[in-house]
Amino acid sequence: MSKFITTMNTDLTIVLIVGALTGAVSGYLGSFMVLKRMSLVGDALSHVALPGIAVALMIGVNPIVGALVALLAAAIGIWYMEGHSEIYPDALVGIFFTASLSLGLLLTPELELLEALFGDISKIGVNDGILTIIGTALILVVTLIISKKLLLMVVSKDLAKSQKINTSLIDLIYLLLVSGVVALGVKFLGTLLTGAMVIIPAVTAKNLARDIKSYQILSIITGVIATITGIFVADRFSFPSGPAIVLTAIVFFVVSFIFRRKK
Amino acid sequence: MDEDILSVSNLTVIFNKHKVLKDISFKVKRDSMLAIIGPNGAGKSVLFRSILNLVPYSGEVTWAKDVKIGYVPQKLAVDKDLPLTVNEFFKFKEGSKEKIKEVMSSVGFLSESKHMHNDTRVLNTRLGDLSGGELQRVLIAYALLDNPNVLLFDEPTAGVDIAGEETVYGLMNKLKKDDDLTIIFISHELEVVNKYADSVLCLNREKICFGPPDKTINKEILNEMYGDDVQIYHHHEH
Repeated sequence: MSKFITTMNTDLTIVLIVGALTGAVSGYLGSFMVLKRMSLVGDALSHVALPGIAVALMIGVNPIVGALVALLAAAIGIWYMEGHSEIYPDALVGIFFTASLSLGLLLTPELELLEALFGDISKIGVNDGILTIIGTALILVVTLIISKKLLLMVVSKDLAKSQKINTSLIDLIYLLLVSGVVALGVKFLGTLLTGAMVIIPAVTAKNLARDIKSYQILSIITGVIATITGIFVADRFSFPSGPAIVLTAIVFFVVSFIFRRKK
Repeated sequence: MDEDILSVSNLTVIFNKHKVLKDISFKVKRDSMLAIIGPNGAGKSVLFRSILNLVPYSGEVTWAKDVKIGYVPQKLAVDKDLPLTVNEFFKFKEGSKEKIKEVMSSVGFLSESKHMHNDTRVLNTRLGDLSGGELQRVLIAYALLDNPNVLLFDEPTAGVDIAGEETVYGLMNKLKKDDDLTIIFISHELEVVNKYADSVLCLNREKICFGPPDKTINKEILNEMYGDDVQIYHHHEH
């Protein structure tokens, strides 16, 4: 990334656009993840980004691209093992994630380690903005297309299969989409915390929503507002952006929990 | 048009090296009602899942060319807090309000009704907030949405109270009379089987009997399936 782009202000606009778009798509995809009871998969998946970032830094390509490659590989791995292994999927995910985190910690240059783990908005430039706009648009369109099928699978996989839905393919597409979102968020959230933005907005929305429509809209809105607020906080107080955004989202969660929908 | 809507021959299902179903063959006539009975673990649900192609099997399952299957699964494990209303659930399959109203009324939720069986109330209720009987009827309505000519019911009354149980079977019978519809259902209740089914398939990992209920089910068959302590049920002549 060229140096002149990383000066403040022009950058803050880009960061905010990147943040809002990623927050929106994280919220949307996360809404399915929480219903599918796969929250930890999203979290663990994000850790897999670290070795990808490390390799990208070593060979001098955009870390988002490095993260994306590692994540897509991990998503395919998780999907394959879920269908073909006797081991519990959650145990598998645990193995996957500790292995890649360890590998990533060894490979990442010490100077970049902190920002790779916790995110740094000062490193977000125009290229990232373009990548994010294209990426989020693509993810949004594909998610909309498979949305009904995904939700029906949450209600009953058998019912979905009896309607000739290829549930295994839909699962794979979904995991790939999550990989995409995590890769886009990795720069300002850091690999340790990207998963949180897939989960927290959705759980917040679930506390308040009465039906699927309001649930998804609330999840998207929470994702956007938490990310933007978090970025402002990080910018104002020179905090690492990841923790600032995640803690903002958690404030929203706590409020939603207090006002949660009661029966 | 084929006379048989389903023909199954030498169906065998193996899970973890255990034969869960062994060499099952039977045929289902178009517009008839077949009951599948057997003790717990007899492979009834597995049989359903294999004719629906949800589990791997060997042997042959042949449906008529024009078949359109509606599947009513055994009581869904829906999360209490799943934010999904009945209306949103129906829209996974069908968008038109008229069609949704039509299937709602055919399972007994009426629009004029002022009391609890009001279709608007049910449509706006979450799946997890429905009673057992209501959920069952919603699942039947869902199966009816795309005009099937075969309905598969996996234990239609599991988890439904007695009053709801009667409505579910009454409803099944009504559907059967109204349309050109073949119904295949799994049941524990012999009385119900005898009252509604045209034929019965007794299952205990293998086929124990197959034929019209009044000619097929007798004490020996029941003993073979359930053991000696089952009392013979009383059959009322119509």
